[in-house]
Amino acid sequence: MNTITRRWHEMNSWQRAIVAAAGVLFALSITRVIADADDLTSGNTFIATVGTAAPILAVALGGLYAERAGVANIGLEGMMILGTWFAAFAGWQWGPWAALAGGAIGGLLGGLLHSLATVTFGVDQIVSGVAINFIAPGVARFLSSEIFVGAGSNGEGTISASPNIAHSMGKFSVPGLSDGLKSLDEKRWFFVSDVAGALRAFVDRMAWSTLIILLLVPISVYVLWHTPFGLRLRSAGEKPSAAESLGVGVYKMKYIAVAISGAFAGLGGAWLVVNVRQYNEGQTAGRGFLGLAALIFGNWQPIVIALGAALFAYGFSLQEAVGKNPVKALYLFIAAAFLAMCIALMFGRKSWRAILGLAITGVGLLAYYFNTDEVNRQFVYITPYVMVLVVITFASSRSRPPATVGLPYRRGQVG
Amino acid sequence: MQTTWTKKVGDALLAPAIAVAAALVVSSFALLVSGHSPIAAYRAMGSFVASTDSVVTILNRGAPLYVVSLGVAIGFRMNLFNIGADGQYRLGALFAAAASSAYSLPRPLHILTIMLIAMAVGGAWAAIPGVLKVTRNVNEVVSTIMLNFVATGLSAYLLNNYMRNERVENVVETKSVPKSGQLPSLNGLIENFGFHFPRLTVLNGFLPVAMVVGIAFYVLIWRTRFGFDLRMTGASPFAARASGVKPARMIITTIVISGALAGLASTGFLLTDFIKYNETFPLGLPFTGIAVALLGKNHPAGIAAAAFAWSGIEQASRGLLDEKIPPEISRIMLGTLLMSSVIAFEVVRRRNLTNAVRLAGLQAVGRAAGGPLDTETQPPSPAAGATT
Amino acid sequence: MTQAPTTSPPAIELRGIVKRFPGVVANDGVDLTVAPGTIHAIVGENGAGKSTLMKTLYGAHRPDEGEILIAGQHVTFKSPREAIARGIGMVFQHFMLADNLTVWENVVLGDEPGTKARLDRHEARTRLRDLGARYGLRVNPDTYVSELGVGDKQRVEILKVLYRGARIVILDEPTAVLVPQEVGELFTSLRSLTAEGVTIIFISHKLDEVRGVADDITVIRAGRTVGEVKPRDVTARELAQLMVGRELPKPIPRSDAPSETVALRLSDVTVAGVGDLPALDRVNFCVHHGEIIGVAGVEGNGQTELLDVIMGLRPLAGGSIELDGRSINDLSTRDRRDAGIGYIPEDRHKDGCVLSAPLWENVILGHQGSKPFSARGWIDRVAARRRTKDIIADYDVRTPSADVAAVALSGGNQQKLIVGREMTSGPAVLIAAHPTRGVDVGAQAAIWDYIRVARTNGLAVLLISADLEELIALSDTLIVMLRGGIVATLDPNTVSIADLGAHMTGAADGNDG
Repeated sequence: MNTITRRWHEMNSWQRAIVAAAGVLFALSITRVIADADDLTSGNTFIATVGTAAPILAVALGGLYAERAGVANIGLEGMMILGTWFAAFAGWQWGPWAALAGGAIGGLLGGLLHSLATVTFGVDQIVSGVAINFIAPGVARFLSSEIFVGAGSNGEGTISASPNIAHSMGKFSVPGLSDGLKSLDEKRWFFVSDVAGALRAFVDRMAWSTLIILLLVPISVYVLWHTPFGLRLRSAGEKPSAAESLGVGVYKMKYIAVAISGAFAGLGGAWLVVNVRQYNEGQTAGRGFLGLAALIFGNWQPIVIALGAALFAYGFSLQEAVGKNPVKALYLFIAAAFLAMCIALMFGRKSWRAILGLAITGVGLLAYYFNTDEVNRQFVYITPYVMVLVVITFASSRSRPPATVGLPYRRGQVG
Repeated sequence: MQTTWTKKVGDALLAPAIAVAAALVVSSFALLVSGHSPIAAYRAMGSFVASTDSVVTILNRGAPLYVVSLGVAIGFRMNLFNIGADGQYRLGALFAAAASSAYSLPRPLHILTIMLIAMAVGGAWAAIPGVLKVTRNVNEVVSTIMLNFVATGLSAYLLNNYMRNERVENVVETKSVPKSGQLPSLNGLIENFGFHFPRLTVLNGFLPVAMVVGIAFYVLIWRTRFGFDLRMTGASPFAARASGVKPARMIITTIVISGALAGLASTGFLLTDFIKYNETFPLGLPFTGIAVALLGKNHPAGIAAAAFAWSGIEQASRGLLDEKIPPEISRIMLGTLLMSSVIAFEVVRRRNLTNAVRLAGLQAVGRAAGGPLDTETQPPSPAAGATT
Repeated sequence: MTQAPTTSPPAIELRGIVKRFPGVVANDGVDLTVAPGTIHAIVGENGAGKSTLMKTLYGAHRPDEGEILIAGQHVTFKSPREAIARGIGMVFQHFMLADNLTVWENVVLGDEPGTKARLDRHEARTRLRDLGARYGLRVNPDTYVSELGVGDKQRVEILKVLYRGARIVILDEPTAVLVPQEVGELFTSLRSLTAEGVTIIFISHKLDEVRGVADDITVIRAGRTVGEVKPRDVTARELAQLMVGRELPKPIPRSDAPSETVALRLSDVTVAGVGDLPALDRVNFCVHHGEIIGVAGVEGNGQTELLDVIMGLRPLAGGSIELDGRSINDLSTRDRRDAGIGYIPEDRHKDGCVLSAPLWENVILGHQGSKPFSARGWIDRVAARRRTKDIIADYDVRTPSADVAAVALSGGNQQKLIVGREMTSGPAVLIAAHPTRGVDVGAQAAIWDYIRVARTNGLAVLLISADLEELIALSDTLIVMLRGGIVATLDPNTVSIADLGAHMTGAADGNDG
């Protein structure tokens, strides 16, 4: 036991992420065998997961920059909406790659508005974020009414949908690897096929837009932890007075960070647009908020954030999956996880209330699992959100947000 | 130095004036760029809104909006950001609708109990993020947003499986609220004074409810000990704690009241124009309520102005269709109004603070020059010595 | 000192420095000469003007009069950065460190090795290790600052200024936050710094420590230099006398005696601290009705924790607190207030009042649970306004009206309002921290009179103050706090300033024992 914990502490975050993912995958393999739900770990599910995770991840990484610089960004959803509109416009005019750039620019404008309000004028960060979430759909709708209505080769544009983007962005598969993993995946061997399925998600029919967002994870690690810029940005969120006293332009750092934040959120919006080659009103469907949740789950660390986004996306992907009701199998998995935690806590002699709560929930889920043929559609819908809520509830007590998130900073102020 | 009444009002109106001016500039600019005449637009809006029918619509929409905004505002007053009014409102409406037909009571009691059910459900749903915040330190912004999604799924589940009116085949909806549970219209009352409504124009009976809630909000916040504790917590959590306020209890009480008001707001539609809960039930209201609370600076009078101005602009924008101007310009107007308001509030607040601190500094100097100077050198006060 | 040739100019010379703030002259003609490569201590009471002087030297503000010479050259600093460029670095008492950043990140911030595109982390760590080895300031570069103890944090602060090439390091009360063992380590480090030719300015009021480490001592009192001494030539008692500079006033003799009934009793009260050391360690004392117990002590020796635990703002780790013979361990802050404990907090801006609220609401604050301000949950605004007007008149609060926000009042007037609020609520026990801090002399005398009269009428007062004059003038008994415990119980009628200073600074053991 001790060697395991020691090994864990010696690992870097990448290694930990891989080990954690492998552990979860192993448990899922057992579950899918018991529950006879192949789609719980099939390659198609994982491919869908990575795709679904991409926009959430982009937003969450955007939130990371802003919050690391000490600016809470509830406005991510709004910036994402601006991203979708500008992506659609640019995509309609100049094609899918321009859509990505357009989305980033749209989000960036939202980010600049947020920094104008919060950094220059010192408006409460939550208030400004809420305002941006309100403004963005209005702006998008007005612009649509002016530009999209009746536009497009077939006049398909309306006030709530853009003209189609002529070309799709295209996907790539790694030759050889994708086919090999696919056949392995389809064998449905215990664990081996599941690993193959998970790996397929990264080599089989991956959209370029997804790849770009995935690359933002290592890029963000590098920028934030391996450049002077990143150090200064983080110091602006941790102890702005100290940063200022050492010659760091805190306002400038916050401006840049929030602008990047908006651009990433916009890029996430652009992913949605490029994916279906069209802007639709309400397309973001709260992904900006899910990104925020992934950020908190990820404890403001890019790699953990990526895992969080994947976790939430997995919940959504199972809804789309066909076959023997994988969400039901997921309930079995969650029930088992709860009961396992319950037992672990009993050995650790933690609070009895927590143990009781876990036990009741776990047993309840088990009872539901054995008494239900098919999980209700609405339950399937709320499952990922409840997962977010539960995960955040457990993560919050150990979370270490940047020290000054949410607090206004005025130059020359002590603290 | 004496604060006169006129100066107070002037100060209070300064920020809104700046915000309205900014909103007009931005929306005029947007109109010009898109090739429309701002003058024509504002004229069309003005003439459309100046009809009995429009005014009644504004009042009918504004009253529930007002109540939901008050609910948001009570949380904001102590820096508790309940973004979950959406779910609280939705579940309140659903349960109230489903329950209302299950029993019968004489009219005033029936109405009252339906309202209480909506408030209880909204409050209970709001208690979840409150408890999570107090016990697990879960940020209420994220938890309330997640609970909004859960409420959406949960309400659909309950409606489909338990609360549906089985006699209607092709629409999923609850039974109608019985007559005895519906709020009477105010037409009859007002026509007693000689005013006549156009045909089909009905002024809903929720308006007096909203007024009562507004007054109750004011009394609660400014006249009771609870309100005192709440305002002090919002202004200075440390001083409030030192004065004996219990933070955990404040958080839970406040968020439950907030949720209860969201639930109550839903009855403004449920017991008047809509009488059953289904797909068409107006669900966007709580989202707007957040904006209205911010615009009204979390004060019942300000929120009243904001709520009716907001529904006024929305209603007026329908007049733009005749001029072939997209009514969506109202969204730009409202959006800039909101953003410029929160900025203007903050700028004016800081200006007042700086003035007050400067005043304090001058007093200190005046005393030092005139009165006996303490032999012991005092450390400079934060206000006067903020030199770095 | 030994390695400084007498011919070289002083590392620092300050001549006639005057610095005024609105209403206050913080420095009134200070002279200071510091020889290169020495440890130079500056001692003085709280508020004597030491920190203001150092901020002047560090470029945080400019003096109104006087001149600064560094190595014989005239300089004027517009900002701390110019001071750093001249090799002057300051280590503040309150650390300027980011907890969630590592040690090396905190040190190199703003002056990072490597290129714009790549921070050379290896180089950063190497440089830090080299600096640490050279000056004997060893800290693991990769530890997060949040995981460091206070002593290590201080080393990081010193490394920060050395990394930027400082040759003169100012330390503002560096030992105030350290436990004795850490103090020893710090002094060893300071010695190795001077061995490398670094000049140290050391601000303190812990006299025994100063005598142990400094080469020279400059004493400042009321904004003026009052003496320059060598540690060998002076005892801690003499130094304390020099620092305070006057005989203490005799307490006004009282005709009556305190009652026999105990109002407030603390038994073995213990409060957890940050590390292993408790913040309060088995504190015992009681306050009788009609008695004033004065708590003397250098700030940061457990006074804050004592206030908090009595008011129920901090959990009790052990022991019990009784009010009139009844345990209040389980009572909430409000219940304690309603049971008759009045409270004048240390930090009036943070805990004592709500700056944005009008005066009449600030008068309710803390008493919103009881009459006359509230009944059955309702706030009585009329009674609050009436009480506010009374306080404004009786306590000489200078304000245009009861309706202005508290922020518009000067600090002294805010304090008078708070004192008035607590006194007029008719408490059985008053917990008063620095009740006259920042108020003018006339109002101070008035507040003292109010407290004396209330005491005569049976009020029990626990008085915590940094103002020795106030403690002596009011207290019936003095207790001295040091490192979370009570180290002495003294009679204000007979105590000498040297004795009091010795107990407060922990010098009593060394000199008397």
